Amino acid sequence: MAAAKTKEKRARLEVASRPGEGVGTCKCQGKTPDDRYGMLDEIIAKHKDTPGSLIPVLHEAQQLFGCLPEDLQSRIAKGLGVPESEVYGVATFYSLFSLRPKGKWTVNVCLGTACYVRGAAACLEAMKKELGVDIGGTSKDGLFTLQAVRCLGACALAPVVMIGETVFARVKPEDIPGILADYAATHSSEVAAS
Amino acid sequence: MSAILPQTKPQDKPTTASAAPATTPAPPQAAAPAKALRLTIDGREVEAYEGETVLDAARRAGRDIPTLCYHPAVGRIGSCRVCVVEIEGARTLPASCVTPVADGMVVHTNTPAVREARRTVLELLLAAHPHDCLKCERNGRCELQDLAMRLGIRNARFRREKVHSEPDASSAALVREPDKCVLCGRCVKVCNEVQAVGVLGFAYRGTRSCVTPMFEHGLAESKCVSCGQCAKVCPVGAISEKEEWERVLDAIADSDLHVVVQVAPAVRAAIGEEFGIPAGTAVTGKLATALHRLGFDAVFDTQFAADLTIMEEGHELLERIKSRGKLPLITSCSPGWVRFCETFFPDFLGNVSSCKSPQQMMGAVIKTYYARKAGVAPERVFSVSVMPCTAKKYEAARPEMNASGVRDVDVAITTRELARMIKAAGIDFANLPDGEFDAPLGISTGAGTIFGATGGVMEAALRTVSEVAAKKPAGKVEFAEVRGLEGIREATVDVGGQGVRIAVASGLANAARLLQRIREGKASYHFVEIMACPGGCVEGGGQPRSCDPEIAAKRAAALYAEDGHMKVRKSHENLAVRRLYDEFLGKPGSEVAHRLLHTTYRSAEEAAPATGARKEAI
Repeated sequence: MAAAKTKEKRARLEVASRPGEGVGTCKCQGKTPDDRYGMLDEIIAKHKDTPGSLIPVLHEAQQLFGCLPEDLQSRIAKGLGVPESEVYGVATFYSLFSLRPKGKWTVNVCLGTACYVRGAAACLEAMKKELGVDIGGTSKDGLFTLQAVRCLGACALAPVVMIGETVFARVKPEDIPGILADYAATHSSEVAAS
Repeated sequence: MSAILPQTKPQDKPTTASAAPATTPAPPQAAAPAKALRLTIDGREVEAYEGETVLDAARRAGRDIPTLCYHPAVGRIGSCRVCVVEIEGARTLPASCVTPVADGMVVHTNTPAVREARRTVLELLLAAHPHDCLKCERNGRCELQDLAMRLGIRNARFRREKVHSEPDASSAALVREPDKCVLCGRCVKVCNEVQAVGVLGFAYRGTRSCVTPMFEHGLAESKCVSCGQCAKVCPVGAISEKEEWERVLDAIADSDLHVVVQVAPAVRAAIGEEFGIPAGTAVTGKLATALHRLGFDAVFDTQFAADLTIMEEGHELLERIKSRGKLPLITSCSPGWVRFCETFFPDFLGNVSSCKSPQQMMGAVIKTYYARKAGVAPERVFSVSVMPCTAKKYEAARPEMNASGVRDVDVAITTRELARMIKAAGIDFANLPDGEFDAPLGISTGAGTIFGATGGVMEAALRTVSEVAAKKPAGKVEFAEVRGLEGIREATVDVGGQGVRIAVASGLANAARLLQRIREGKASYHFVEIMACPGGCVEGGGQPRSCDPEIAAKRAAALYAEDGHMKVRKSHENLAVRRLYDEFLGKPGSEVAHRLLHTTYRSAEEAAPATGARKEAI
């Protein structure tokens, strides 16, 4: 029962953040920049006449480019006829959007109450050390972006770490180097594919 | 009861009819919305109208609820929670500035719970605000200080280290100090809704929330048009003009320099407010005296150049109509508007008059005609302008503004800066005797005076072109159809037997709406006046800050009254301007006039393809 609930919650979470599709993996599929700008213009044209379409456009643009740098935001502002300030405001408000390129996979360390009392802070420190980055940073090899999240809804498994779509339960700080290495090894085909 | 009836129909958003709801002149009482509601405020029965807020009703009834984010020229925001009140039956304390009145409502504006809530809100705001008021430009005239005083703040219970942001002094006109920002949202609303510029916005969230241009760029790299409306409505010292009055004092103290000053029309309608003189009083004579006492070598009036502008622009209009040139002709006096056009409406640049603004015409004439007359080398003339405007600083700094061979205008200061200079010099402004501007560039007409109000440039032009086109005195001086404070006004006037279609817009969101209509072919005109600031220069970004909802109307009325008293009210009858043509320029549109008094425009994108900081694609 609890597991089902967790699964359902996770499913919802996935819809919300689309790990591996939104920020994690770029959907450019080897297209040249020019192709992608053309595709972005199509996205803008598709949404142009729908009020409140800024968030979906930003979302699709991020899927296409992997992040939302300035020239994209300017193009979206111009295309939708929205002030640049508004585009930037929305892009910085939601943690789903990223202004800088992200790694291949996102590491979410849960800092929710249950995880926290069971040692999530130490896991986060270990993760920072292992990846050599602070929260929000991307490892030098471009593979992992580190994020801290509040609650992933898997409290029974605390402390929890999520990489891409995979959940790691009852993580101890000393497990972390192994977790990262295993994940990179088993998912390396994804890297090759894109 | 009629004395406390609502004066304006409250509006949440600027509309075509009025960019800033509160600057709309009071409609006649009979036209007030019909349905009256009755509510009780602090035990007193008050009448109000549907759509009004509790704040509106309370203030009219003499209960001055404290506010911070609310400003009449900006409209309702509802972000600061300082104006909370108790409403019987309500679960929480609602913010009165965004709570509509309802029949039978019972409101308490000053209960212990209300006082406690307001004080806590303010203490939390102060927690993130620097406490170094002594060094702040707003010291003594700060809405946050006033509020702390009024609510009796005696200790700061909370302290929060805000993420420090460096001040942004990149713009020629404005300085932002984000550390002082209280996140009230006035500047954001003005920049986006009233001015349609959309540079300032809220970014990030929670404790990292801040007001910033996109990607934390400096204003100089953004699409900012320097109108300064943000600086005018900022309640604290987070946005202000780039202060340059010390440079003026240095120049006056330098005996090698011949320091000349020009003053724009709108300054005289407002600077008195800084010295306790009631709003709406024109203080032209005192202003002239004060400038002489400050030690300027010559005190000139930008109104002279306004008359000169009419000669050139009127000539250009008649030429374009005659030769079927590009129409409508759009005025170019407002540098904020010119920058807006270059940035957002480059397809209209061919419509903008090639005339420089009066400030720049005056600058060019001072360093050529006047310098020669006074026997001073142009390099030794230091030219200062006092403007109601922050964009004038930007304009004076534009690289092409050196028609005289040197900088045409060396420093442009705002009305507020001049007031600071006068105070620093120990001049008792309010009790000064009336003085006069110096000849020849201090001689002007009523047409020059009304340049300071929306519709004024249009009216001044009509006074001249209707006579020139008819080749006889037309008799008509006042063109009531172009006066008023509505955001967009249009009319057809008779010019030499021909119906000339005109439109006037003030406030850049209104300008954008008007241009869009022209672009879509839904409207067509011969002549259009656009001023960047809602209400025109009287409400410019460099004018004294005011929370009076009637301020634009009062200042405009002061200018129209001045005009009414002038003996000469038509630009082409200005004898000093005629002499300038006879002795120096030849005739309007001459080769010399073109070299000194006209300019060209370039679309912002062309001028700076992808601004330095704007990074290329990933």
